[in-house]
Amino acid sequence: MTTPSDVSPILGKLTLAALPLDQPILVVTFAVVAAGGVALLALLTWFRLWGYLWKEWFTSVDHKKIGIMYLVLGTVMLLRGFADAIMMRLQQAIAFNGSEGYLPPHHYDQIFTAHGVIMIFFVAMPFVTGFMNFVVPLQIGARDVAFPFLNNFSFWMTVGGVILVMMSLFVGEFAKTGWLAYPPLSGITYSPDVGVDYWIWALQVAGVGTTLSGINLIVTIIKLRAPGMSLMKMPVFTWTALCTNVLIVATFPVLTAVLALQGLDRYLGMNFFTSDLGGSAMMYVNLIWIWGHPEVYILILPLFGVFSEVASTFSGKRLFGYTSMVYATVCITILSYLVWLHHFFTMGSGASVNSFFGITTMVISIPTGAKLFNWLFTMYRGRIRFELPMMWTVAFMLTFVVGGMTGVLLAVPPADFVLHNSLFLVAHFHNVIIGGVLFGSFAAINFWFPKAFGFKLDPFWGKISFWCWVVGFWLAFMPLYILGLMGVTRRMRVFDDPSLQIFFITAGVGVAVIACGIAAMLIQFAVSILHRERLRDVTGDPWDGRTLEWATSSPPPEYNFAFTPVVHDLDAWYDMKRRGYQRPLSGFRSIPMPRNTGAGVVLAALSTICGFALIWHIWWLVGLSFIAVIVTAIVHTFDYDRSHRIPAETIADTEALRTQALAAAE
Amino acid sequence: MTNDSMTTQMPAPRFYDLEEHEHPEGGSTMLGFWIYLMSDCLIFAVLFACFAVLGGNYAAGPSPRDLFDLPLVAVNTAMLLFSSITYGFAMLAMQAGRSGLVRFWLAITAVFGLAFLSIEIHEFAGMIAIGATPQRSAFLSAFFTLVGTHGLHVTFGLVWILTMIVQVGRRGLIAANQRRLMCLSLFWHFLDIIWIGVFTFVYLMGMLR
Repeated sequence: MTTPSDVSPILGKLTLAALPLDQPILVVTFAVVAAGGVALLALLTWFRLWGYLWKEWFTSVDHKKIGIMYLVLGTVMLLRGFADAIMMRLQQAIAFNGSEGYLPPHHYDQIFTAHGVIMIFFVAMPFVTGFMNFVVPLQIGARDVAFPFLNNFSFWMTVGGVILVMMSLFVGEFAKTGWLAYPPLSGITYSPDVGVDYWIWALQVAGVGTTLSGINLIVTIIKLRAPGMSLMKMPVFTWTALCTNVLIVATFPVLTAVLALQGLDRYLGMNFFTSDLGGSAMMYVNLIWIWGHPEVYILILPLFGVFSEVASTFSGKRLFGYTSMVYATVCITILSYLVWLHHFFTMGSGASVNSFFGITTMVISIPTGAKLFNWLFTMYRGRIRFELPMMWTVAFMLTFVVGGMTGVLLAVPPADFVLHNSLFLVAHFHNVIIGGVLFGSFAAINFWFPKAFGFKLDPFWGKISFWCWVVGFWLAFMPLYILGLMGVTRRMRVFDDPSLQIFFITAGVGVAVIACGIAAMLIQFAVSILHRERLRDVTGDPWDGRTLEWATSSPPPEYNFAFTPVVHDLDAWYDMKRRGYQRPLSGFRSIPMPRNTGAGVVLAALSTICGFALIWHIWWLVGLSFIAVIVTAIVHTFDYDRSHRIPAETIADTEALRTQALAAAE
Repeated sequence: MTNDSMTTQMPAPRFYDLEEHEHPEGGSTMLGFWIYLMSDCLIFAVLFACFAVLGGNYAAGPSPRDLFDLPLVAVNTAMLLFSSITYGFAMLAMQAGRSGLVRFWLAITAVFGLAFLSIEIHEFAGMIAIGATPQRSAFLSAFFTLVGTHGLHVTFGLVWILTMIVQVGRRGLIAANQRRLMCLSLFWHFLDIIWIGVFTFVYLMGMLR
């Protein structure tokens, strides 16, 4: 434990020794990141983009722009998290026959922790939140979310978490505990360094943003639906978004609380989760999984919604079993709360408790299975168009079923006693997260990109990316199932048994193929932007869509809909097209819209500084930044004038341009 | 939000709302704040659960019987309950449109809140003075964290009350301020309900352990 004498009153625990100058890998990484960062900043300055970015994006309260910023954030962090994955695969492929590999334990342990944390919190969550932000208000015919300022603030809090995690790479270190930082390992006795503190405060800052964004979207869906859109006429994606946000609001406070308690143990020497004076580490494991298990459903449910929209659109049919789909989603939402203990059957809760949680876990596969059949029956006798979103959906169905079945295997407590903490588990959750969340995200990106930017993504590079990802996934993770069945545990840095090496090499090849998939995706973005005129869509409805987001232009105007649509059918836009809707060309009224504000950026920046100061025990800065957060928030509430009106003439002009574009397209 | 045109399937239905009613500003605030309170409630739920599990782990240290002074806690509870009543009076004054009276009752509420906090700090200081620190045992960690988190909420509530006194003074009882007063009202009564839980579960049942 750090004695007070080590802590400077000015810089806390922060000294030059915190910079990992003795580790060549990190120094080179830092050099590359710094060079890239400087180049980016220089370009932005050169092209005078700062003002534009600040005014049009950073301070924007427009749900569409915030959604896009979430997706950019998730994509950038995907590269970081994937770099960690490559490093681990390389280490495990070569650390045989006495070789120590190339990563020292101190570094390797940080990598597997950072990989998990980044992929869940800063890749999957921003993707999911980004899609919900962008799509939900459009799908329900709303002009923005219920609390637009809060939305901007939530985004920047997520960025704050990202900044803290990225900082740990070069200033100090990250946790070496695994992504959920179980005590007593993560307690101050066994992790005296700042790594766990980085973990705590990065998640705490980002978690505030996630909770607020959850509240925001629930209220948006409940309050701001277009006239006629009863709950059972709501698009499935919006339904899954509603359930996901209910789960967010119902679980992230638990994470906030458990992180705070762990923080109290570490900072103030309390005894919640310690091994002496009455603390209970089991309490921590229970609490973190009460958040953690619903979290995986927070991630997958919206993508189930995406697959439903995609399957229906590209089969040219109404979704099969809409009602059962909604009920299945709600069932999963509720059941996801009743299964957390299956993450630690081996803890010794006894046969009755383990049986209960084993059975609830298996029961979840029933609504999930119902969903799969619904998608299959939607495709059955449909006119299927194998565009990219549909290809990702089919790949998902094939991949996810395997992941789901290995999940049911793990749900059997006696089997779990054998497979607990093995690579079988690692293979299982990558199977569902990559096969479900990531494939779904890629389907969603390809599906809604034309809505966001007005042109489609290039299909050629998209297909290359698709095949690389799918093939790479199977190559990378099937060997891990086999290794897990043979008893190889997770998070190992070196191996003794040379017969295992071939499996790790195969997995390494798989990751290399996935790397090609990621590269192809980046090329796909670049090529699409270059050829955007060729890929342009002026109709706003490139896929013959069925829900309201396709009823407006691409990209949609700031106000989304000049006139609020009236909904008569589940597939509202399809119904409008079928029954010959007339787009109103006159009679526009002015529309009140929320005003942009920099308060969210400032508040999130101050919170991030406060988190950094807490990590390094810089107490004066903690106090100062905390007070600054409170004062800024209060000052912000003195601003009562938060909306402006878009004049009717501006709307008339915008809509006239669309009328011309539509006429030209025909 | 409901619309009568959905009930009848006419051959040429209306697909756009041409005579738009605007969503009243702040129309979603109360629902949003209510959901926020429920999420806050879950934080307390975790702290209560921790107290339930760890509250008997004295680690050979002091137990509730050695520490709790029920008459003092009763006085403290009374302070908080009085503050809830006076906040109620503030809301009645708001309905009557009397902004001066609203500020008066808010100030009285703040005084009761401050009294509650002072007594709580006094209680904590006394416990720490005899060595019953949050570090001493899991029971005390859980106790100080649960009760302290409630106290922290009351502190934020006080800052909010003071802010509202200023804002009502500057702008009067405009719609935005009425909305804020109603949110604060929810918040303040919510803290009362949590305190009833603390009082019963921690103090009264603690004495029976």
